[in-house]
Amino acid sequence: MAARTKKLIAAIAVLIACAISVSALQVRLKADTTTAQRGVGANARIVSLVPALTEMFFAIGAGPQVVGIGNFDNFPPEVKTLPRVGALLNPDTERILALRPTLVATYGSQTDLNEQFARAGIKTFVYRHGGISTIFQTMRDLGDATGHRAQADRVVRDLQARLDAVRTRVKGLQKPRVLLVIGRQPKALREIYVSGGQGFLHEMLEIAGGQNVFADVLRESVQPSQETLIARKPDIVIETHAEGMFQTSDVSGEQAVWSALSSLPAVRNRRVHVLIGQYLVVPGPRFAQATETLARTIHPEAFK
Amino acid sequence: MSDAISDAMRDTVALDNVAAVRPIRARLVATVAGFGAVTVAVCLLAPLVGSTQISLTRVFDRSIPFANNVDAQIFFIARLPRVLSGALVGAALAAAGVVFQALLRNPLATPFTLGVSAGASLGAMLVIILGVNIAAGSLPAVPLASLAGASIATAIVYWLATPYRRAMSTSVLLLAGVTLNSFFSALIMFVQYIADFSQAYRAARYLMGDLDIGSFDPLVAALPLVTVAFVAFATLPSALNMLSLGPDAAATRGVDVVRAQRLAFFSASLATSAAVSLAGPIGFVGIVVPHLVRLMVGVDHRIVLPASTLFGAAFLVVCDLAARTLLAPIEIPVGVVTAIIGGPFFLWLLVRRS
Repeated sequence: MAARTKKLIAAIAVLIACAISVSALQVRLKADTTTAQRGVGANARIVSLVPALTEMFFAIGAGPQVVGIGNFDNFPPEVKTLPRVGALLNPDTERILALRPTLVATYGSQTDLNEQFARAGIKTFVYRHGGISTIFQTMRDLGDATGHRAQADRVVRDLQARLDAVRTRVKGLQKPRVLLVIGRQPKALREIYVSGGQGFLHEMLEIAGGQNVFADVLRESVQPSQETLIARKPDIVIETHAEGMFQTSDVSGEQAVWSALSSLPAVRNRRVHVLIGQYLVVPGPRFAQATETLARTIHPEAFK
Repeated sequence: MSDAISDAMRDTVALDNVAAVRPIRARLVATVAGFGAVTVAVCLLAPLVGSTQISLTRVFDRSIPFANNVDAQIFFIARLPRVLSGALVGAALAAAGVVFQALLRNPLATPFTLGVSAGASLGAMLVIILGVNIAAGSLPAVPLASLAGASIATAIVYWLATPYRRAMSTSVLLLAGVTLNSFFSALIMFVQYIADFSQAYRAARYLMGDLDIGSFDPLVAALPLVTVAFVAFATLPSALNMLSLGPDAAATRGVDVVRAQRLAFFSASLATSAAVSLAGPIGFVGIVVPHLVRLMVGVDHRIVLPASTLFGAAFLVVCDLAARTLLAPIEIPVGVVTAIIGGPFFLWLLVRRS
């Protein structure tokens, strides 16, 4: 009897201990959320894990507030001296916290990380890639979050004007069928990924006066078979790659692998273009420049 | 092509067993004819089907220059190399599976059990992630690196499991292989983890297998390796029958166990290496095709090996046909299809038999 009573008392004690610790945790969480509003707006200390967002922060004038960046960020040049804190798959929470940020810009899939920062009372700006309207809206939202809304609006208007200028240049010109390649194995036509009919790359291509041969596939990226590539008969093939994926010194060698598909109008008319540059593939403020490059590549006659 | 190999295999098998030749020979002829007919039919039909409608008369119309003939290009560049590589890889993986299962005396053994494919994948992954761009002739860096990785893995496992001039210990072989597999897989994960995002994605895609080779060159490069492996396989079936009873039992029945084990190990590793360097590590073919075939024709390796070779070829060609047509214009990774189609089919056969 005595033993059972002891066990009962012990069990109750454990339950009480649990209850106390849970409620203590809740109190702490509440306390944290009340302090979360400190250090927003123009006083924000920013850590950005997404290259596109890092570029946007600097474009809208919030650059001096950025105190940490992701491992893949290398534009603008000012970021080279900033501490790097991991990226999409390997964010270093400890180093991020040590930088004492008040705003952390993360990618939409980093849900655990966002919860962690919520517990620490740090605001997160959660972002996912989308179309051109997403780029503009994100820049305005970042403007609000960092106290640079007016400058963000100005940058957006400038970018829109540059896109309009491209549209005017290519207006009325015939729209060639373009295959926009965004990845493949070097030196071989294998594991080819192309832009489907969704996302900023597709929209840039259309603004630049091209007709995406995979516009009917409503996905951002498509892995087509060789058969489909031949059947879609692109007039122009444009490959866009970030630096480091392909060697810049061997662009002609990478162009040459397309000669295996000699029935492609693009191959016969020597319209295979391999373009290398991070600005071509990051959905940040440089996308207008990338759209201009695409337009020059598709319609060189319009830029004489 | 797989017909010629099975012919060679049949002759060799027949020579090995002059005494007990009658019943086994008749069964072999019937099995090879049956499975061979299915394989040939599949290989002839598969290039006619695809995501695009093509006209056969246009394909073989010599009056249209090849460069302008879209139908011919689809047939000869996109489909034919793909179907043939599917047949070659399927045959190699299924046959290697049979040999490994007999050698290791373990029904769960696959061509990938001893770390060959993990070694190959690590090689490929390093090249993808370090961005190595060298090419040897028509062969890009990825298949070369995967072949190198597979050879290194084979050498390490062999060195670990083989005492000088004595029979291999199958349990040491199995444990060494499985450990090496985990070790390489950990390195693969590490390399993938430190990689750039888009490279990590390409690397992950590599692991799902891909037969869209887009020219005959990779096929021609892999063919000699597979041929050597199959010539060796052709001498093996009787020894495999004995080895599956255990090395001691085999030795008392006059099998040169050391020689047979080495031949089995190296030829199966060679076939696997060639298959993986051609198409990436396509799973499931190497474990399930041998068992499927055993459910149909029994356990005698003189029948199982040629039948698995033929059935493996047909199976992978059909899976790849599904991979390239079901969601067209989007590809489904063929390694995904093999398990999705093969798994339920195998379970159905298993339940029906038991």
